[in-house]
Amino acid sequence: MNMNATFIGQIIWFAIFVWFCMKFVWPPISAALDERKQKISDGLSAADRANRDLELAQEKAGEDLREAKAKAAEIIEQANRRANQVIEDAKGQARTEGERLIAQAQSEIEREVNSAREQLRSEVALLALAGAEKVLASEVNPAAHKQMLDQLAAEL
Amino acid sequence: MAADTPTGYIKHHLTNLTYGKVPEGTPVCDAHGDLTGETIQQASWILARCDEQVDAMGFMAFHVDSLAWSGLMGAIFVLVASMVARRAHAGVPAGMLNFVEMVVEFVDTSVRDSFHGKSKLIAPLAMTIFCWIFIMSSIKLLPVDTASAIAAALGLGYMKIVPTVDPNITLAMSFSVLGLVIAFSIMSKGVGGFFGELAFHPFEAQGITKFLLVPVNLTLEVVALLAKPVSLGLRLFGNMFAGEFVFILLAAMMGYWQFVGSVPWAIFHLLVIPLQSFIFMILTIVYLSMASEQH
Repeated sequence: MNMNATFIGQIIWFAIFVWFCMKFVWPPISAALDERKQKISDGLSAADRANRDLELAQEKAGEDLREAKAKAAEIIEQANRRANQVIEDAKGQARTEGERLIAQAQSEIEREVNSAREQLRSEVALLALAGAEKVLASEVNPAAHKQMLDQLAAEL
Repeated sequence: MAADTPTGYIKHHLTNLTYGKVPEGTPVCDAHGDLTGETIQQASWILARCDEQVDAMGFMAFHVDSLAWSGLMGAIFVLVASMVARRAHAGVPAGMLNFVEMVVEFVDTSVRDSFHGKSKLIAPLAMTIFCWIFIMSSIKLLPVDTASAIAAALGLGYMKIVPTVDPNITLAMSFSVLGLVIAFSIMSKGVGGFFGELAFHPFEAQGITKFLLVPVNLTLEVVALLAKPVSLGLRLFGNMFAGEFVFILLAAMMGYWQFVGSVPWAIFHLLVIPLQSFIFMILTIVYLSMASEQH
């Protein structure tokens, strides 16, 4: 338990190791720890930012969706309106066309009837004339009774 | 050297391997440590083989085992730590880096808690003290006879492998701390401030009385200043010596049955060793923080 120069030797060891630790051990580890701390805090703030961004994006997406829905409803309504209008137009057109066709057919029929009537009239006149001719057996002069016969035919 | 009696055995285990300068007229010992009756003719540097030679060496002697083992353990610490530190990165730590970072964070927290100034020295100093004392003291968990058996096989008479059981080692560290305390005081308060603190406290007065009180103050303050490293070094030495002594006693009394006692004692020492390392470190920080604070 005697004190001797070991004391001095140990002081030298102590100085060497403390110096070594101060030079080569502490700074790199401490720097790495600080860097990691910085990285973690950066990461956390980035995560916060990302969360905020996500929230904003979700909000925007919701708004877009609502807008799109509204637009779609408007378009559908417009289309419905347009379809109804088209149907109405078609109906109107069809009706006028139908009316036109009916009128045309009626006038045709009338014309046919008239022409048939004319024909019939002339034929009836001839038939009547022929009958009368047969009945009267040439007593009737067509030229003398033409006026009377024409009057008769016109009454048909 | 009679290592076969319990007293001799204990004495043998508590003797350092000493290398020093013996003056002429020192008795010669044989390989067993027994005196041969002759004396050394010429002053020379030798490895002591008996107490008489150690006594004759006086201050000019080195405990080769203490210095070698403390140097080896310190080297292991700084080499491992610096190898890990060189590959330190800010990514996900693994393995040794994790462990070393844990120690660094622990020391850093202790330093931040107690030391409020700024110093590049104090944190690595605290880390070196903690780790080095921890490793040095941990050697004693080896069975006590291991080292002396190996040393005997190598032809060395003594081998006390636990450096912290040598007061030279612990006091050298604590007086280095004293040197740093004085340096920190002078750096923060100036030479005048430092000596003023020694001379004009704790009894304060005005005028001429102030100077009359200087001797009293100086005595008290110097004692207080020296008590710090002495208690610091002797506390560590005392704890480690007591622990080692119990291991040696158990080995001396129980032979191969020593493990019955030494295993529980070693488990207990698993608590004592970190605690003492921590106390040494924290007191160093506290002393240095007191030194660098203004009064």
